[in-house]
Amino acid sequence: MTAQEVRLCGLLLQEHFGNVVEKVGTHLIRSGVLTLRALAHETKLPLDLVKKSLCVLVQHGMCTFGAGRRGPAGPVEYRINCERVFHMLRYPRYIYTAKSLYGDTGELIVEEILQRGQMTMSSTVKTVADRLTHNMPEGQSMDYSEVVSAFSQLVETHFLQRCPLASAGSSSSGAVDTPLPVATQNFLVINSYDIYSTLSQGKRRRSSEDGEADQCAAKKARTDDSECGDDRIYWQVNFQRFHLHFRDQAIISAVSCKLDQSSSEIVRTMLRMSEVTTPAHAAFTQALSANEIFRALLSSYNIARPILDQYLSLLVDDPMEFVGKTGDSGGGMYVVNLHRALANLARATLESVVQERFGSRSARIFRLLLRKRHLEQKQVEDFAMIPAKEAKDMLYKLLSENLVQLQEIPKTPDYAPSRTFYLYTVNQLPTARLLLQHSYKTVGNLMERRLYETKENKRLLEKSQRIEAILASLQATGAEAAQLTEVEEMITVPERQQLESLRHHINKLDSSENQVDETIFLLKSYINSTQASR
Amino acid sequence: MAGRGRGQLTFSVEIVGIGKGENLPPSSVQPTPLFPPLAQKPVPLQTGEEAEYMLALKQEFRGAMKTLPFYIRPAAPKKGQFGVKDELCHKHGFAYMVAESPAVPKQPKQPRVDKEEIIRKLETLEQKEEDGSSDEEEGEKKKPEEEEAEGEEGYDEEEFEDETDYIMSYFDNGDEFGGDSDDNIDEAIY
Repeated sequence: MTAQEVRLCGLLLQEHFGNVVEKVGTHLIRSGVLTLRALAHETKLPLDLVKKSLCVLVQHGMCTFGAGRRGPAGPVEYRINCERVFHMLRYPRYIYTAKSLYGDTGELIVEEILQRGQMTMSSTVKTVADRLTHNMPEGQSMDYSEVVSAFSQLVETHFLQRCPLASAGSSSSGAVDTPLPVATQNFLVINSYDIYSTLSQGKRRRSSEDGEADQCAAKKARTDDSECGDDRIYWQVNFQRFHLHFRDQAIISAVSCKLDQSSSEIVRTMLRMSEVTTPAHAAFTQALSANEIFRALLSSYNIARPILDQYLSLLVDDPMEFVGKTGDSGGGMYVVNLHRALANLARATLESVVQERFGSRSARIFRLLLRKRHLEQKQVEDFAMIPAKEAKDMLYKLLSENLVQLQEIPKTPDYAPSRTFYLYTVNQLPTARLLLQHSYKTVGNLMERRLYETKENKRLLEKSQRIEAILASLQATGAEAAQLTEVEEMITVPERQQLESLRHHINKLDSSENQVDETIFLLKSYINSTQASR
Repeated sequence: MAGRGRGQLTFSVEIVGIGKGENLPPSSVQPTPLFPPLAQKPVPLQTGEEAEYMLALKQEFRGAMKTLPFYIRPAAPKKGQFGVKDELCHKHGFAYMVAESPAVPKQPKQPRVDKEEIIRKLETLEQKEEDGSSDEEEGEKKKPEEEEAEGEEGYDEEEFEDETDYIMSYFDNGDEFGGDSDDNIDEAIY
């Protein structure tokens, strides 16, 4: 864990779970694995607080535990999963995606499960239905079956998955305490106890397996009608599935920017067809024939067969290499090159960063070096068509920022300086890692600034909250307009302006965090894809 | 690659592009500024329905997490756990739990002593008015004795009042310290 990653984890834990959990979590990240007793001793917190913090972290899937170094007989050791902590930055994006795919119901389901880490289906359905009913006009109420169908859809498309069967799962706060009324007993209960017990005995807790188990269980237990006996079945969000969805979205939008809308629709169709057949870390999708693609294309796109062939050949010839041709049967076999697309997207991100920070001429040098790999100083000046002095200046600036590296190639074994080539080069993967760390630092800085702004104006914020509470209570009890204006005037005009500018700053900082997270996602996906292919 | 002298560089500067006799920029003698001036203005943030909706989601989520039981607040200190120090903690903060310095102000004690003294003074003054001026002198002599007696009794009461192992005189502010050791003047006083 790098220092910036640890700092960001600490800030995220503090924001969502408080200082105690932050202290426990940060210490555990720094130490690697620890037993409960060692953790309590080193953080000097009371044992029950440490236990509560660990419970919270396990509930949200951020902490895993297992047999320690002394084997199954010794004390249990705990370890933090940092990637999971970073996902907290992306929660708004997950919720928004669920909304765009499954409407308000899906949005609320995902939001509830993200807030609580793990939940049973019955409690989720109940909470979401209550929330929706609360927001509806008087007299209407949300039907439980609609929520249940949205939930099942999320499970079927693998956006939600079962939690692995562990003793930690039963101690969550999502357990249903009171029995639900009769009207709700018709909902779908995944009757997969038998299937699940045989699977979990294999001791493999990979959640992809659980997702598949529920896929077949959902097909079987369609009309099973029992009481809400799903007390031990907990559901969590399947982040990997969301990430695949984001990756597909990024590829489709890149194609639509580079080429046009119709080609992006074709790529969207290809990706949709290979959603279930492509494993998570595959380099390309399953090969699809042009005939299949034509049949799967929605009629609303209005693309004729010869046009489709032209578009496909255009996509194949494009230098970005999103789509590749792997054969000629069935009118041509086409695949989407996922890893290559990710690499190209990461490269575009790097180029964009250099352009925005150093100017378009430095970006030209950077792109040149990416394409031509190794160039001498003189060659850089010639190819980039930039005067020598300025090219030198820009190269040195990029070199000092570590975006460009110098490679020595000796002509003689004694590395004599007059007889050595000095070549400038850019390596995409290390540069991507560097920018990823910069992004983590950026988000950390944004969060700290937001906390600072909030702390500086704490008094003012509390005052405005109190006044709002007073106003709300007055309005509820039906006060006169004169009283309301009197209360409103308790905040002076300069204070109002200060509050307004504070809100503006905080909104800007929050928005920036969301957008830096998009860069983090792209770079991390690229780095993961290079590791997977090794 | 050892150079043949301290002033010689390991590579020829011409290769890297610095010509002979050209002025190099002056070397920097301080760390780079914390907020360096930007050469280019950063790209403005994305706006639009999606960005604003995600912003609202983020802020709502943050607010909601603070109300859930997962947000753990450090436990408030329990009362009576630390005896005397607990009282001081409530008045002066936790510093007194850590530092066992004798420089604890006597304010908690003084009001009580003062009150008792004042009450007794008032009583004796009342008595004086009733008895008349003939008993004034006796009353005056009695007063300082009574006050001393009262002060000592009050002091003794305080020692046993809190049922602690701490001697109240431990918390004196050290004014009486120098006066007691007149016997050993030949020892160095630090």
